[in-house]
Amino acid sequence: MLRLEGIGAGYGAAQVLRDLTLKVRPGEILCLAGRNGAGKTTTMKAIMGLVPLSAGRITLDGVAISELPAHRVPKAGIGYVPQGRRLFGELTVAQNLEIGLMARGSPLAVLDAALDLFPRLRERMGQRAQTLSGGEQQMLAMARALCLDPAVLLLDEPTEGLQPTMIEAIRAAIRETRARGAAILLVEQRIDAVLSLADRIALIENGRVLDTLEAEALRRDHRRLERHLGV
Amino acid sequence: MSGGGARSLALHGGVLALLLALHFVLPAYHHGNLARIMVLASYAIGYNILFGYTGLLSLGHALFFAAGMYGMGLAMRHAGLGPGPALAAGLAAGLAVSAAMGLLALRTAGVAFMIVTLMFAQAGYLALLYFGAWTRGDEGFVIQQAERILWGIDLSDPGNRYLAALALFALCLLATLWLVERPFGKVLVAIRENEERARMLGYNVFAYKLGAVILSGTVSAAAGAAYGLLFGYVGATFASVQYSIFPLLWVLLGGAGTVLGPLIGTLFMFYLIDLSSGVTSAYMLVAGVVLVLVTLFAPQGLAGLLRARLWRWLP
Repeated sequence: MLRLEGIGAGYGAAQVLRDLTLKVRPGEILCLAGRNGAGKTTTMKAIMGLVPLSAGRITLDGVAISELPAHRVPKAGIGYVPQGRRLFGELTVAQNLEIGLMARGSPLAVLDAALDLFPRLRERMGQRAQTLSGGEQQMLAMARALCLDPAVLLLDEPTEGLQPTMIEAIRAAIRETRARGAAILLVEQRIDAVLSLADRIALIENGRVLDTLEAEALRRDHRRLERHLGV
Repeated sequence: MSGGGARSLALHGGVLALLLALHFVLPAYHHGNLARIMVLASYAIGYNILFGYTGLLSLGHALFFAAGMYGMGLAMRHAGLGPGPALAAGLAAGLAVSAAMGLLALRTAGVAFMIVTLMFAQAGYLALLYFGAWTRGDEGFVIQQAERILWGIDLSDPGNRYLAALALFALCLLATLWLVERPFGKVLVAIRENEERARMLGYNVFAYKLGAVILSGTVSAAAGAAYGLLFGYVGATFASVQYSIFPLLWVLLGGAGTVLGPLIGTLFMFYLIDLSSGVTSAYMLVAGVVLVLVTLFAPQGLAGLLRARLWRWLP
């Protein structure tokens, strides 16, 4: 289980996260919902060690990952798909996946399992990543993160800017990853995505978690979520 | 082996075979030139590891070239070592200098990295001049013909010199070919493409970049040591900023991040200057115009152009 206990973090003097606490269990999707600037992406960066903590600690199955250098965090079992995908554009699909696979020394079966989620990538293995469509790039970014065989997957707005058919393919892959037992922390702005994917929803504002709700309750009455997101 | 791998081996093996065949047919002038070009191309291969594959632009590689050259030369001149141990001393000097410079310079990035490497090289150059009692300063020193006999082979003989240069170049070329297919080489390319993303995937970017600096510096030092031994001269000119700019130009012209690029770039530029200087005293102007044209129409370099237009598999 991934636990964030009272963490504070920010950029220099600008404090973004304040006493933020949450936990993500294996086999569940926890969605971080909040307006722009609420601290969603900073939370992910703090988990990855890309933003230093000023307070609190982060543990994964009891291991304090907040004490590890940034490059050790993925090896501890956390995969991160940042907003904007950040692929190795000049490299082919196969090379991108290979880099992911080598990072944690994962066996080829892990690559196969990732490609089973995105069969379209099998047809594009020799193609340079920068020539893929936006949806295919997102698939590659997710597949590469899954090559780490992570216990926790962090997804920052994975369907942003994609066409509907791609959005559905990505959502199906996220559900399948959950079914395989991974804990998923998802940042989403779209209410339909939040309601269709999440098991629990953490409402975040000014760097704090205001409340964590069962998604089922919000599906019955999603006005609270709409108010929180300012829709 | 994949089709691309087999074709790549055939191409690079063919290039080495061609260089060997040229040994038997070239007139003396071009034979000597090509020996020099192969040693300088080995230097460019070292530079390419850092610039072409890792994406770090150094302006201080003359320090590594000179570390190898002086490490070898001073070991012969002052410690009385033979060519074999002296070459090893040159390599060790390159390794030590590149490790020290890497540890410090890699604390910076981008333009700051370029400036720091340039300053290191300038400090090295000035140190060579300052310690003139040992290095003979600007004048440098000659390694006598009688001292240039390695394992019974007289390296001052043009034929032996050519074959020794070819052996060095082949070693560097095949090592690069091997490196780019290994996980280490692939991670270097990933770092070049997106350093932050590589870190997020769990790679210790600093350690990989330090490894690249040391490998690049040591290969450059091997070329420097070989140059001094094969051509019998050790001089501070080789530590000057000009010799930091040359490998950058050779690699840019030939194709950064390609295995054959350093040879193509070095060959092209060497003969561009050689031929244009035979036509006009304003040969640098001619060279400059040609360089601008090549940069405009083949910004990825000549081997890069080949890769983009013809051979996608070219490593």
